[in-house]
Amino acid sequence: MDRRQFFIASATVAAGGVPNNNIKADSAKEPKEFVGVLVDTTRCIGCRSCEVACSTTYNNFVPDTNVDNALEGVRDTSDKQLTVVNRYKTDKGDVFVKKQCLHCWQPACAAACLVNAMLKTKEGPVTWDGDKCMGCRFCMISCPFDIPKFEYSGWNPRIQKCSMCYERLQNGKRPACVESCPTDALMFGQKRELMEVARHRVYSYPDKYVRHIYGEHEAGGTGWLYLSAVPFEKLGFRTDLGTTPYPEYTREFLISVPLVEFGVPAFLLALNMLTDRKDEVRENQGWADE
Amino acid sequence: MNSAAAFTGELKGFLRFLLQELKPRGPWLTPFNIISIPTIIAGLAILYFRFTLGLGSVTNLSQQYPFGFWIGFDVMTGVALAGGSYVVCFVVYVLRLEKYHCIVKVTVLNGLLAYIFYSGALVLDLGRPWHIINPIIGNSFGYNSVLFLVSWHFLLYMTVLFVEFSPTIAEWAHWKKLQTFLSSLTLGAVIIGITLSMLHQSGVGAMFLMAKPKIHPLWYSEYIPLLYFVSSIFAGLAMIIFEGTISSRIFSSLIGPKTHHSHNDIVLGLAKGAAITMFVYYFFLAFIFMHGDKWKLISTPWGYWYLVEVIGFVLVPCFMFAYGVRNKKLGVIRVASIMTILGVILNRQNICLIAYNWNIANKYYPSWQEIVVTLMVVFVEIWVFRWIVTRMNVFSRE
Repeated sequence: MDRRQFFIASATVAAGGVPNNNIKADSAKEPKEFVGVLVDTTRCIGCRSCEVACSTTYNNFVPDTNVDNALEGVRDTSDKQLTVVNRYKTDKGDVFVKKQCLHCWQPACAAACLVNAMLKTKEGPVTWDGDKCMGCRFCMISCPFDIPKFEYSGWNPRIQKCSMCYERLQNGKRPACVESCPTDALMFGQKRELMEVARHRVYSYPDKYVRHIYGEHEAGGTGWLYLSAVPFEKLGFRTDLGTTPYPEYTREFLISVPLVEFGVPAFLLALNMLTDRKDEVRENQGWADE
Repeated sequence: MNSAAAFTGELKGFLRFLLQELKPRGPWLTPFNIISIPTIIAGLAILYFRFTLGLGSVTNLSQQYPFGFWIGFDVMTGVALAGGSYVVCFVVYVLRLEKYHCIVKVTVLNGLLAYIFYSGALVLDLGRPWHIINPIIGNSFGYNSVLFLVSWHFLLYMTVLFVEFSPTIAEWAHWKKLQTFLSSLTLGAVIIGITLSMLHQSGVGAMFLMAKPKIHPLWYSEYIPLLYFVSSIFAGLAMIIFEGTISSRIFSSLIGPKTHHSHNDIVLGLAKGAAITMFVYYFFLAFIFMHGDKWKLISTPWGYWYLVEVIGFVLVPCFMFAYGVRNKKLGVIRVASIMTILGVILNRQNICLIAYNWNIANKYYPSWQEIVVTLMVVFVEIWVFRWIVTRMNVFSRE
């Protein structure tokens, strides 16, 4: 190889690298991205309009927010209410936190479901299909956020959880809770945009926010993101869940299944042949006959 | 025409034979019947409410405890204790240890019934049981689910156990040719059965891998599948010893003198196997404990409870088995087998219920209805077992 050829070759290789990088960048800019919601708890005033909007949309229990004093205690979502707002007393005053399904990027519930009733849609929301679900409740065991709720009363129970208003999204609308929020505490969009907004707020007002965007990495990253003025463990969030996507915990076991399925029968058959003493017995008899 | 008539005649003859066999034999008012019949009736009544008013009407299940006693005891524990059939099949058909041949049939029958009834109890627990066929037929296969794997393996293993037991049924019905054919399938069925067992015994453990934030760290480890598999070996062996002790008293008229004579020898062999696998299991537990550096957890109430399980119901019965084998003390072995069974029950309850969501206020306790239904399942299984062994050639009559 002379020098000229060498230059041409290295130029080709270098050029080969360039469009590759471009392709990567292009695919990352794909318009189809998972959507989510950014919750800024510093903006939430605890009016619970989102609870009412959600329950009205899905014919669930509609709380009477003026009189029920529900903010006195800490509530969980239930089979009758897909979202709830809780009040936490902190050294920075009362903080209100909306709770609902976080729509993980790699949801444990969908990995647990043996009939694909729990499904991570390509748009981002995690949805439940009653025509497939057999009610085994394994999604409830697996979800690190304890979100799927089961209707224990009634002969035909459903798994109830926030679907990020998947049908409304299909019609080009935003989730009902986001629509109803009077203070812009909830912001709907693609996660990349939401992360930019969230980071911008944290960096612009370092005294106002803690430097932690809940949902950026938790359990492998979630569709819903939270901003806060106080550390998240003071607001009822679990901060010990790790950053590994939960389906990863069963990955190695599931990979070992085909290995065992093909390896072990062969091994057992070999062992069965090895312990065959028919020939040995015949030889012994033959020797005894002589 | 002729062959059709002959076939109809044969069918009629068989139906007459079946009717004859279905009739109850023996005395009615035995202590077992007096306890079991009311329990079964009460259980059926409870199930009526369960299927009309929902699971919440009879169980203490909650949003924090989606799995209760029916899963934790019937399915999780029942499957582990039924592990004896694949262990004995391995010993007899793969290793060809003829000494244990006379307990194969009864062990396989026990396994088959355990799977039918205890994994069948899963249906009672499903919220929408009419969709149970979805993972088997249709277009909604959740390949990435551990439970998908477990449900398929339950189904296939039940089929395998049925094939293993089918020569005895053919013999009972006097179908000679079919019996020869079915017997020729046994080795293949055994090999597939052992493989399926390895996977679903560990698979029921793997179901808890994603429950990492909820299970107390003393019980959670990424090795739960391995621990479930190893514990199913000695759970099965202990169960064979325990059942054999009872069967040899209650059904002694059905057991031949030669088998009766070799019974002690068999128990000693099984106990030896149990002692060794239990020690391996204990070693695994200790290794996982050290590796996870869990010393700081041990001096808490949960740590003491963990020690009760691991020392009291694993290490102690392990040494009792070893002592019993060495000194040929069958009484010690029998006590050890009961302690081992209790230990396996305790372990499964700990992971599924007791140490699950250990730090929340509203703990789960089974309701009396859940216990009655569980007892019903056990009693019906014993009824079917008794019907089969008094009619088919299950115990060795030699």
